[in-house]
Amino acid sequence: MENWVIYILNGLYFASFLFLTSLGLSIILGVMGILNLAHGSLFAIGAFMAAWVIGSFGAKAPITIFFVGLFAAMGISGLMGLVLETSLIRPMYHRALEYQLLITFGALMLIEDLIKLVWGGTAYYASKPFTVMGNIILGDNQYPVYFIFVVMASIVAGLGVWLIMSKTRVGIMLRAISMDREMARAMGIRIGKLNTLAFGIGAALAGMAGALIVPTTPALLGIGMDPLIMAFIVVVLGGLGSLRGALVGSLIVGETRSIGIVFFPEIELPLLFLIAVIILVFKPKGLFGE
Amino acid sequence: MLNINDLIKDFGKLRIINSVGFEVKDDEIVSLVGPNGAGKTTLVNLISGHILPTSGKIEFLGHDMTFASPYRRIKRGIARNFQITNLFGDSTVLDNLRICLFSTYGKIKNGIIPASHYRTITEEAIDILGIFGISDKKDLFPPGLSEGDKKILDTAMAFALKSKFLLLDEPTSGVATGDKFKVMDTIIAAIKKEKMACMIIEHDMDIVSDYSDRVLVLSEGEIIASGKPKEIMEQDNVKEILFGVKA
Amino acid sequence: MLRPKFFVYLGIFILLLFMPKLLPVYQLMLFESGITFAIMGLGFNLLLRYTGLLSFGHGALFATGAYAVGMMGKYFPDLYRIEILIPVALLASLVVSAIFGFICVRHTRIFFSILALALSMVLYALLVKFYDITGGSDGIHIDLPIMFGKSFEGMKRFEFLSGAYYYFLICMFAVCTIFMLAIVNSPFGKALQSIRDNEIRAEMIGIRVRRYRLYSFILSGLFTGMGGALWSFVNGHVTPESAEWIFSGEIVYMTLLGGFMVFEGPIVGAILFTYLKLYAVSITQYWMLIIGATLILLVLLLPEGIAGGFVKLFSRTKKVDDTGTAYVKYK
Repeated sequence: MENWVIYILNGLYFASFLFLTSLGLSIILGVMGILNLAHGSLFAIGAFMAAWVIGSFGAKAPITIFFVGLFAAMGISGLMGLVLETSLIRPMYHRALEYQLLITFGALMLIEDLIKLVWGGTAYYASKPFTVMGNIILGDNQYPVYFIFVVMASIVAGLGVWLIMSKTRVGIMLRAISMDREMARAMGIRIGKLNTLAFGIGAALAGMAGALIVPTTPALLGIGMDPLIMAFIVVVLGGLGSLRGALVGSLIVGETRSIGIVFFPEIELPLLFLIAVIILVFKPKGLFGE
Repeated sequence: MLNINDLIKDFGKLRIINSVGFEVKDDEIVSLVGPNGAGKTTLVNLISGHILPTSGKIEFLGHDMTFASPYRRIKRGIARNFQITNLFGDSTVLDNLRICLFSTYGKIKNGIIPASHYRTITEEAIDILGIFGISDKKDLFPPGLSEGDKKILDTAMAFALKSKFLLLDEPTSGVATGDKFKVMDTIIAAIKKEKMACMIIEHDMDIVSDYSDRVLVLSEGEIIASGKPKEIMEQDNVKEILFGVKA
Repeated sequence: MLRPKFFVYLGIFILLLFMPKLLPVYQLMLFESGITFAIMGLGFNLLLRYTGLLSFGHGALFATGAYAVGMMGKYFPDLYRIEILIPVALLASLVVSAIFGFICVRHTRIFFSILALALSMVLYALLVKFYDITGGSDGIHIDLPIMFGKSFEGMKRFEFLSGAYYYFLICMFAVCTIFMLAIVNSPFGKALQSIRDNEIRAEMIGIRVRRYRLYSFILSGLFTGMGGALWSFVNGHVTPESAEWIFSGEIVYMTLLGGFMVFEGPIVGAILFTYLKLYAVSITQYWMLIIGATLILLVLLLPEGIAGGFVKLFSRTKKVDDTGTAYVKYK
């Protein structure tokens, strides 16, 4: 019986990463209409940045340094997002959608090697924060506190995004743009600057997810590819452009993955893709329609 | 030919089409008129299959088409043009028309013989362009055409589908006023020659009275009058709706 | 009645036949690789240029053709004849592209792209995981096949490739090119282009968009798989790398390099790419940085690619309509 609690908690843990990355992807898709193929790379930058910070300076004060690493990761990913948007995506705005895909794919490859250039091809370990946080007792089992921290952090981030979107002027403008771009423009909303902001927020969220994963998984080249595909699957399953969609989609995929690991270890990711693909065959517009 | 019964369309709580029912006979040219927002385009969309009704029945040539896909309806013989012209921007005017003929004649499964080898179809395409008065523009691309010419091409393409029932959504909007009658003459002559039935959404009452066999007046989702143009225009309720003239 | 282009093609074909006399062996093998990529490029471009669908997962289809040959060699060595291997590879490609295509074409164009990527990653994972069947990340070695009754056992690969196989490859390339030319100029090809241009209107004139996209995907997969199968002999080895996203990205890249707006573009791009990659990899380890950066530059500055830009230069006077404004076909 207790094992199921663990599985469910694990599911929430996986869902947290999915939520952060898919929320970012969703915001960009919703506000700008662009499917950002470089999203996984932004995740990767966050992962490497955090891992490097924690690994280099984390010996003395692991938790503090961890937070430094986390915010550094969000900062640099966000910054990279701003750079990408202004230099590459803005000029493509009036071209066919495929060009936007091509340019973000080009950015994906570029960033992948950029990471190699900056951080080299070795793995970066940053497990100190994980070990330092220790475990709590759940019945017969021990459960890592870090996992619970991750879930909390993503809830906080989700709340933060929700607050921005619904309570601030900027957020409301962003939502207006995602609902009807022409209308928003007609009402005098400055689309250009807000697009950049949306991209920056989306990128920072991806970076946050990347940073959160390194205490449990080393930062390696190619680390961003799976999160990219998973985020996409979540967005498609849960519905485009909505926070609720990202939330529900992440929970479904996260829990499925958790159970998948128990019964089909090693192939749980391809299996997950397969399930998602099968669902898409019957419900091409995702589980929650348009 | 076309039988509509008790057709209802709700968008959420809003009832756009309220129990509409009418008939279109073979060879008939019916005009659909009414103020803006009456639901004319919605009705056309329901007939062409782009929207599905909430309830009611659409019967075409004896077949129940109520929930059929647009593809099915085209194959049965319903074709339409679009209010906002919807053309193949990267193909020439000739190609735009030719592809319609290829589709109609079932040639699109053919992947080996070059399209240019299909002499008869190419000639027919040029003929149809000629009927509609735009054959001199056959090598141009749609973005280079005037709005009126685009509309004409759009209608010509719908016509090229050799359907039995043509839905035309404001076929002369965008055409210069002086040319409107010329264009309508061409369209109606072509339609009559092929013995097609036709339903036209029109705002210009002169055109309506000159070319229609029958007029349907739609207001707030309901048909409030149906009959010959001259009779309809005398009715008080019609005059009020269309011209704002109180009896 | 024959157009001048026909003579150019004929001239090029004759030139190709003389290549083994003109190029040193190592260069010839590189060129052969390029030719197999060119066949793949033709298939890829049917989907991109003519149907308007951008697939980031075509590596999987290439790998299917290549692995079909490998698996035949591993499990049915008695049937290891090119007359059997090619049809089997085509059959495998048919099945895989039918499955991939069925899943992908029901979505909008953007989702199509990333869904293709996702599916190719599934195939990649399967190829790696099922080590016993597929050889895992080590892959499968490809022996020299029996070609039309003649065995090449004992011969060195470079001899095989600069001899009989080269001519076979060039013939296959010619056949594929002719086939693809026929397809894109046929009513079927026109139907695909109308889907690309305006899918709503295409549906409205009686073209079943989803179905025709699937047909296009399958045809594309057949050509791509053919390229993969033919490549396997040149490379001597098949690995899951062919199904990885990096290779799929390279496929997109080489098509763009040559220019996807022109029929011959992908061919030019594929051959150019093989040389470019070799050169770049020898001077730097940051190959992806180069592709990424040049891809971005290509998209920003020269979207018609190299062949396309060339053609645009020459036909600048042609696309002028009555009103005197030049209408450039930008997609």
